[in-house]
Amino acid sequence: MELFNNLILGFSVALSVQNLWFCFIGVLLGTLIGVLPGIGPLATIAMLLPITFNVPPVSALIMLAGIYYGAQYGGSTTAILVNLPGETSAVVTCMDGYQMARQGRAGPALGIAAIGSFVAGTICTFFIALFGPPLAEMALSFGAPEYFSLMLMGLVTAAVLAHGDMVKALAMVVVGLLLGIVGTDVNSGMSRFAFSFSELTDGIGFVVLAVGVFAVSEIVANLGSTEKRQVFTSKVRNLWPTRDDLTRCLGPILRGTGLGAFFGVLPGTGPAIASFSSYMMEKKLARDPSRFGRGAIEGVAGPESANNADAQCKFIPTLTLGIPASAVMALMLGALTIQGIAPGPQVMTEKPDLFWGLIASMWIGNLMLVILNLPLIGLWVSLLKVPYRMLFPAIMAFSCIGIYSVNNSSFDVYLAAVFGLAGFLWLKLECSPAPMLLGFVLGPMMEENLRRALLISRGDPTVFISRPISLSFLIATVIVLLVMAAPAMRSRRAAITG
Amino acid sequence: MKLDLRNNRDFLSGLMFIGIGLGAILVARDYPVGSTLQMGPGYFPTALGGILFLMGLHVMIQGVVKKEKLTASWSLRALAILPFSMVVFGFLMEFSGFIPALVVLLFLAAAAGGESRFREVLVLTILLTAASTALFIYGLELPYPLLKGF
Repeated sequence: MELFNNLILGFSVALSVQNLWFCFIGVLLGTLIGVLPGIGPLATIAMLLPITFNVPPVSALIMLAGIYYGAQYGGSTTAILVNLPGETSAVVTCMDGYQMARQGRAGPALGIAAIGSFVAGTICTFFIALFGPPLAEMALSFGAPEYFSLMLMGLVTAAVLAHGDMVKALAMVVVGLLLGIVGTDVNSGMSRFAFSFSELTDGIGFVVLAVGVFAVSEIVANLGSTEKRQVFTSKVRNLWPTRDDLTRCLGPILRGTGLGAFFGVLPGTGPAIASFSSYMMEKKLARDPSRFGRGAIEGVAGPESANNADAQCKFIPTLTLGIPASAVMALMLGALTIQGIAPGPQVMTEKPDLFWGLIASMWIGNLMLVILNLPLIGLWVSLLKVPYRMLFPAIMAFSCIGIYSVNNSSFDVYLAAVFGLAGFLWLKLECSPAPMLLGFVLGPMMEENLRRALLISRGDPTVFISRPISLSFLIATVIVLLVMAAPAMRSRRAAITG
Repeated sequence: MKLDLRNNRDFLSGLMFIGIGLGAILVARDYPVGSTLQMGPGYFPTALGGILFLMGLHVMIQGVVKKEKLTASWSLRALAILPFSMVVFGFLMEFSGFIPALVVLLFLAAAAGGESRFREVLVLTILLTAASTALFIYGLELPYPLLKGF
């Protein structure tokens, strides 16, 4: 019964006129940037973060979350119509979605992507409502050693499952941890790595780092590439899949949702992994696997459900443990912090309206996506024809204003320019910056918990393995490392993430 | 075959990690390290610097073994102009106000692309400046002067 009371509370919050409006703006903006290749949810949310100052916390989170899952949705539109992933998670959708479009079945492909996402979203809303509270309750008993081990596990999985070489990704995590240290040390009051810049005593701003590394360096990279886009010009008719399509897709949608939820709860994994696993699974289970890659509708339904489920379930560890499960989730927590709310398991009990309102809004947002986007396909298609040379100056302008407005500080803009250069260098050296950002966010928390754990144990480092929960996190970390470093997994991993 | 390290992707990555790691250790020398029981402000950064140094060494050796080359394409023009345009934006925000900062930023950014036409950029700049002014200054009431020092 408590579950229903909670959901009713959530819907009463999410259905207020103001929150509906923010949800609408969020999903619309999310779809927009999802459709457009070259700008992702990470950069967009980072740019908008300062603007959420003036908005109540619930509304701010509802909007930012809408951008996130809206982008997953918009990414599939581009994948199907242009054979170009609007978002990284949509890479898989290109394979069969574009083939369907070439066969004149773009409509059903778009339709099933929307339906699959909606079903996944609905199931995950209940999933979060069911498993969120017990997890938060468990987390309340966590002490410093548990938190340290959990964060270590999150950082290692993030690095291990990131794009490219594993050791480089781990090294990027360490770079992030070091960047997180910049500023005044809470315990001693000593200023570290601030050199003589007084602006650095409060640490490096999250928005500065995220926009610099992700937005600016992306533009530089995009301007360097010569890839041309070609919009699939045939008219999109009849979005509704046939009855045969729907019965075919029921299994893939449900299995995709399950996989997505599983990967979603794991910290550190991205939606691309969930959708790829779903695609492989459907191909294995299919009676005639050769249809895949030639316009099999199951190859669109499964992965699209999986990436939406993943996106939503990422909120479980983020909101219940206060540990961001991905770089985008780190931004969500950043939004909370800006509002003066300390992320952690206490959020659910102290701010039930925030937690349940956000959960309910995700279901409403998914419904909006289905209702709004199918008629708006034409608009998205025409947007794809806007040339990049008109787009990127606008992105630059909003980025700069966004960075400046956090502290009204020019120094932050200069610093972001430096990170833009660093981000490009990392892109060039194929050192993925997403794990770095996670390390940056977790750095101060990790150091704090490490110190506290060792203080409680009187300097005895076995505290991390003598407490059962902490030990199990550490064992899981070691297993992930060993499995991924094994030669057989190495090649499979290369196939998934590469 | 001659070993060309200037173009070796992982050798350079390793070099970067080693540099950052060593730098962190060097700077953190000034901070008291303390003991495992009572960690000083220098403990964590020094440890991280050491770990990063070792990882960098590993990546560097991998680079020498595998000889992967740099692939991503360069746009030197964008790389030089875009960060510069941000610095100019920050500077002008301080001394000339919101509108000049935005206009100069947009023109410089467009120049980074290299394929823009003047008229197009002009229209884009006018539209975006008007929209941003409406949104940020009037809508969100950010307290920035539109023009300053003229």
